Amino acid sequence: MKLTRDRLIAIVMLLPSVVLLAIFVYGFIGRTFYVSMTDWGQDPAQALALKPELHWVGLKNYLDLFTNFIETRFRQDLVNTFFFTILFLAGCLGLGLGLAVLLDRDVKGEGLFRTIFLYPFALAFIVTGTIWRWMLQPQGGVNMLPTLVGLPKLQFRWLTARTQVLQFDWNHLPFALGLVVAAVLALLAWRAFRRGGGLAGSVFGLAASLTFLWAFTLGRNAQPLPYPERHGFNLAFIGIIIAAVWQMSGYTMALYLAGLRGIPEELREAARVDGASEWQLYRHVILPLLGPITLSAMIILGHISLKIFDLVFAMAGPDHPATDVPALLMYLRSFRANQFAQGAAIAVVLLIMVAAVIIPYLYSSLRGEVRR
Amino acid sequence: MSAEALTRRPQRQPRRARFRWLTYLLLVLAAAFFLLPLYLVLVTSLKVPAEINLATTWQLPTHWNWGSYATAWQAFAPKLRNSLVLAVVATAVSALMGSMNGYILSKWRFPGANVVFPLMLFGMFIPYQSILIPLFQFLRNIGLYGSIWGLILTHVVYGLPITTLIFRNFYAEIPDEMVEAARIDGADFFGIYSRIIFPLSISGFVVVVIWQFTQIWNEFLFAVTLTRQSSQPITVALAQLAGGEAVNWNLPMAGAVLAALPTLIIYVVLGRYFIRGLLAGSVKG
Repeated sequence: MKLTRDRLIAIVMLLPSVVLLAIFVYGFIGRTFYVSMTDWGQDPAQALALKPELHWVGLKNYLDLFTNFIETRFRQDLVNTFFFTILFLAGCLGLGLGLAVLLDRDVKGEGLFRTIFLYPFALAFIVTGTIWRWMLQPQGGVNMLPTLVGLPKLQFRWLTARTQVLQFDWNHLPFALGLVVAAVLALLAWRAFRRGGGLAGSVFGLAASLTFLWAFTLGRNAQPLPYPERHGFNLAFIGIIIAAVWQMSGYTMALYLAGLRGIPEELREAARVDGASEWQLYRHVILPLLGPITLSAMIILGHISLKIFDLVFAMAGPDHPATDVPALLMYLRSFRANQFAQGAAIAVVLLIMVAAVIIPYLYSSLRGEVRR
Repeated sequence: MSAEALTRRPQRQPRRARFRWLTYLLLVLAAAFFLLPLYLVLVTSLKVPAEINLATTWQLPTHWNWGSYATAWQAFAPKLRNSLVLAVVATAVSALMGSMNGYILSKWRFPGANVVFPLMLFGMFIPYQSILIPLFQFLRNIGLYGSIWGLILTHVVYGLPITTLIFRNFYAEIPDEMVEAARIDGADFFGIYSRIIFPLSISGFVVVVIWQFTQIWNEFLFAVTLTRQSSQPITVALAQLAGGEAVNWNLPMAGAVLAALPTLIIYVVLGRYFIRGLLAGSVKG
């Protein structure tokens, strides 16, 4: 491939975007990493300086987040994000798939239904949050709905609920995480062996056994905190999850519907000719074909849920511990309290969680593209 | 995946009528779930404050009061203008740059392109908290913090990955032979773009412009951290109005309608392109 004049122009024209993204994405991420290892914010005189004087503190901010008793709010935030993500994904995928399957059954007025299911996606999370904050007022909105058909009204306090369920001790987390990682590695090993990849299988198998060993020895005795610290699922999140599902399940439906429409009619006919019932058709033919779409949807929705910020801000306010998430805590620390180093450390934890989901996704979808 | 894939319906045999009623019942219930909040917003925004009472939340107003919209409009007009300037300028610039990038990445393959492109794409998935502190500091240093132009710059840069992605996938459909033929006819880099690529990009631009406009209009994190009172977009103003304690709910509801209208109108009128944009958001073409 020789470097013609036109090819040179092409590279020059692409350069501004590449340089901008290099600075604004990678340069700034690097800077955030650095800031997270300094004391920026400890000295109020330096906090808002244009050229603040920063002192290196190494991993102190991270150690504080995970093991210092003053950062218990951050740890609860991680737990909140975990439960939020699971329930939000389950809600969106379940409702989205259900609606797509219903709409795929040759219904009249399909276009109208589709418009109704998808319009919340066009709204800002701030708008959705404002609306649902009103819907979930303890004495009105959703709680009054049953009275319209003569039932007693609901008493649930939604966003101001104080109950926490499914509690566990933070000190048990290393052990539990070790077991989960080991189980995933064991699964990968089993899959590799089944596909005949002996070497990969052995590597995964060895890693799985080592992790098991670690979990039952060091992991079991690891004590990040000197005392038990209970965390669990705050019921105040239920309302926020409903609002988030209301907004995003139409999007999931659109993904699934595009997938269903892509399945050739001959395939369905063939299954019917073979005597499959509608249920068997979906269970054994259609759902397996929707697997890749489910995976994409899980990744897109999952990274949205890890980053969720505006919706909670609008529904429960930015500083409401029961419904806090890391994205909000980062904002409070950095831009309300000027504790930039602590904010940066939270941001890095958030970035690592999102990257763990997104990088494999980008890698596999773009690799597939090259092969195609 | 394309929007056509969503609307194209293969010819089908009429299905057995069993459970038809159940299908419709479920669809109507789901529609109610999606429409009830809209109903509540509209009736609340049309009530006089004295009539907004939690016990009668679901009833229609006895007096139709359009005053909330007048008040909300007065309070929000400058913010809506900020949002409009922000969304129009940032959308236009990021769409044009994305179109050029897409053209280069799909038609002028050069070594390293399949490293550069994923690195660019990653920028659209990152949690923006992870660049927010340096960005805040950078904008303060160049004197753009608190102005709408700082926010425009931000949205242009972080809009580049998605606009580049959509145009790249869009231009991949234009046969390379057309580009080759134009080159043999003597067209150079810009000639090919202006004579072949750009004229074929209209629907690509519609998809990108709708997507970017909606995203930027609805964005909140950058808006709340990088602006001052005078340059606030509508989302920040709405959050402040609705976030205060002891609010008259008719006002935030009218404000929510005003903030939602532009993107809702786009969605209803140009829904086909809107769906194409959101399917493109999932990386694979």
